[in-house]
Amino acid sequence: MNRPSHHPGDTLLIDYAGGALCEGASLAVATHMAFCPACRHAVAEMEAVGGALLEDLDPEPLSDGCLEALMARLDHERPAPCRPAVKPSVQQSRYPEPLCSYLRGRLDREGRLGEGGWRFLQPGMRSMDLLSGPDGTTKLIRMKGGVGVPVHTHGGIELTVVLEGGFSDEFGAFLPGDIAVGDPSLIHRPVSDPEGCLCLATTIGGLRMTGPLGRLFNRFVKRF
Amino acid sequence: MFPLNGTMQDQHIPAADMAPSLEDLLVAVGRERNRQAFGVLFGHFAPRLKTYLRRLGCDSGAAEELVQEVMLLVWRRAETYDPIHASAGTWVFTIARNKRIDVLRREQRPEIDPDDPALVPEPDEAADRRIEAKESSGRLRAALKDLPPEQAELLRMAYFEDKPHSVISAEHGIPLGTVKSRLRLAMERLRRSLKDVG
Repeated sequence: MNRPSHHPGDTLLIDYAGGALCEGASLAVATHMAFCPACRHAVAEMEAVGGALLEDLDPEPLSDGCLEALMARLDHERPAPCRPAVKPSVQQSRYPEPLCSYLRGRLDREGRLGEGGWRFLQPGMRSMDLLSGPDGTTKLIRMKGGVGVPVHTHGGIELTVVLEGGFSDEFGAFLPGDIAVGDPSLIHRPVSDPEGCLCLATTIGGLRMTGPLGRLFNRFVKRF
Repeated sequence: MFPLNGTMQDQHIPAADMAPSLEDLLVAVGRERNRQAFGVLFGHFAPRLKTYLRRLGCDSGAAEELVQEVMLLVWRRAETYDPIHASAGTWVFTIARNKRIDVLRREQRPEIDPDDPALVPEPDEAADRRIEAKESSGRLRAALKDLPPEQAELLRMAYFEDKPHSVISAEHGIPLGTVKSRLRLAMERLRRSLKDVG
């Protein structure tokens, strides 16, 4: 399998490794990482930086008795199992972890996404909400071949990971595993590849459409 | 070195000049539920974890409670610790990070599953690039101390303020491009220190 050519970049990976990204953005970055050994390696390095920063913090003494209280709790711990419990094998999924966990109950026996649960966005384009919180929304977006998203820019940051098929915009071709990072300085008009496209899209902050069609589109995606 | 197979009665912490590393202690906790080793790890990490959680906004009491939760996870999961993959500090950091996201933000932390068959595998040559965790952590800390102050400060904010770099940029009035380039430059230097041999 080809490895991705569009990556989140150091600064987003640092946000992820340090734990500053919200759940939806972390899901997008981690889903890219499942496709991308290079970014997994980078995050391991950044976690090592986190470890070194932790080591260098000035220690602040704990109240007396903390260790004793904890040791007493250890008495009630059951002995650790010899092997970590075998994880229930997710019915053969086409999607890697951590995304797969968020799709639980939405996949059919073949591990494919069914036809139910999708919301109409525009002709040839549907979405399915996975997460929504105060910081933004995470959804799957499915496009038929050759569909264009109205020209839009981003009030916040939009992370889009291709899962199947692909799309192209002014910045190149995006294939499975590739992540597109949209920020307020970016205006683009993605068009799906002939075979269509399935993406995971997370928006933090707002997404603003810039054209007349875009304003119509806004009504459908106001939860962005 | 630290006695790994002794009974509780035999176990003792060797003299300072041959003190076991934090990694050895963690392995001892994982292999034999060694409480003495755990006590030493607690003495080292708990006060640093408290500072970490205080920087993230916990008051003293809440920080201490959370430190205990983190150290309890260290006890429970020590068996899964592999010193090849991470230094003790790195491993404890990741546990503390995930626990504070869970408790303080009530969110999950999405992570890859290293055993997932759907994971795109590493190319073979990647094994050579693997960080020799224990050896490299000292070099990394030295490199951190050598960072230009403005880079080091941003790096600390990125790890200790629970804010993505875009928010740090807005709140501190530092242009986004400057934040990004400082973090990138810092990471480049730190990476070089990880790659240095010996």
